Amino acid sequence: MSLLAVLIGTLAFAVLAPIIGCFLAGLDRKISARMQGRVGPPLLQPYYDVRKLIEKDNVSVNSTEGTYITCALVFTLLAGGIFYSGGNLLMSVFVITLSGLFFIVAAYSTRSPYSEIGANRETLQVMAYEPMVLFMAVAFYMAAGTFNAAGVFSLDAPVITNIWLVFLGFLFVLTIKLRKSPFDLSYSHHAHQEIVKGITTEMSGKTLAKVEIMHWCENVLFLGWVGLFFVWGNLLSLILAVVVVLLVYFLEIWIDNNFARVKWQALLKSAWVVAFVAGFVNIAVLAYL
Amino acid sequence: MTYATKSPWVIHYDGSSCNGCDIEVLAALCPGFDVERFGIINTGNPKHADIFLVTGSVNERNIDVVKEIYNQMVEPKVVIACGICACSAGIFHDCYNVIGGVDQAIPVDVYAPGCAVRPEAIIDAVVQGLGILEEKSKALQAQKKGA
Repeated sequence: MSLLAVLIGTLAFAVLAPIIGCFLAGLDRKISARMQGRVGPPLLQPYYDVRKLIEKDNVSVNSTEGTYITCALVFTLLAGGIFYSGGNLLMSVFVITLSGLFFIVAAYSTRSPYSEIGANRETLQVMAYEPMVLFMAVAFYMAAGTFNAAGVFSLDAPVITNIWLVFLGFLFVLTIKLRKSPFDLSYSHHAHQEIVKGITTEMSGKTLAKVEIMHWCENVLFLGWVGLFFVWGNLLSLILAVVVVLLVYFLEIWIDNNFARVKWQALLKSAWVVAFVAGFVNIAVLAYL
Repeated sequence: MTYATKSPWVIHYDGSSCNGCDIEVLAALCPGFDVERFGIINTGNPKHADIFLVTGSVNERNIDVVKEIYNQMVEPKVVIACGICACSAGIFHDCYNVIGGVDQAIPVDVYAPGCAVRPEAIIDAVVQGLGILEEKSKALQAQKKGA
């Protein structure tokens, strides 16, 4: 993994991920509306939303909040760049976590009680999904023999054949990472199930626009991790990966629309049980059998 | 063109409404009318909202709340008084505790009378409000360029 590849990857990710992520978000809202028997907004609605937010006046409660959010966005782009340039999966996991921490610190910095509730819940979500995500990276190493995402192209069979249990566990925490309904404790897309607006309560205008763009890029990165399970030496497998990613995204939208939000205790317990059963057991089987 | 009119997010506050108008406001968001077709989202956060829908009249208890929500909203913003109570206090106008319509507390841009106000009337009022939002948005941009 050369530094130049990461740099080029990051630049490409910074241009392409917002575009793809914006379309995915628009598709999400359209499909959600159809599932609820509505027509739904235009496909480009997320783009209009962000453009409007950029036009809004600046009323930040302090100057650090915007800086933290900018850092979170930059580290998200870096994590995407590392992964999509074929770099280290574990590094990508760590960098995206750092981005998540900047997001939490930004919410805490505003000193708003609602924002702090959102930040507390976001911290719980990080605690809930992080073990499974780390198990995913370790299991990938054991199955592929390398942490490098590009390593899959030299495999004879996709890693899903060895670590399908980890894949199922990762699908479980993906719902948390994509901020979908049973687990959207800190920041819900839907009104009226949120304490004011969770972690983004004090964020408005350009800052909120950055959060939206960051969320699009995150989604593209996480769906990339899903696709990674289905790629091997055959280049046609990339098409298979894209199909699987779209199916998984549809599944997440379906889950989003069919399940009510759980309490944080249920989130933490279920995510850790799944991480243990799916992640730890699969890794133990790979290590000892 | 500004994008303000393409994604108007609303916040809804029930002043002292009997809930008749509130139900109609929410009905506009339901599948029958589906205002999300126009990008309208109901937010619970004044800092994210562009349009302030108020139902019910203003009284001594809630006037500060109405002002607070209005002040927390980010420019450009539009206020729509939904229902006759929000427009002029309606049948409650001579109650001892009622101050009057929402315009007694904050500047109102569009009045949508009715008891209860029909969802069609709310949508018409919001569309009219979008024109005002567009003007305000352009004025803000011109001000930013001038500064």
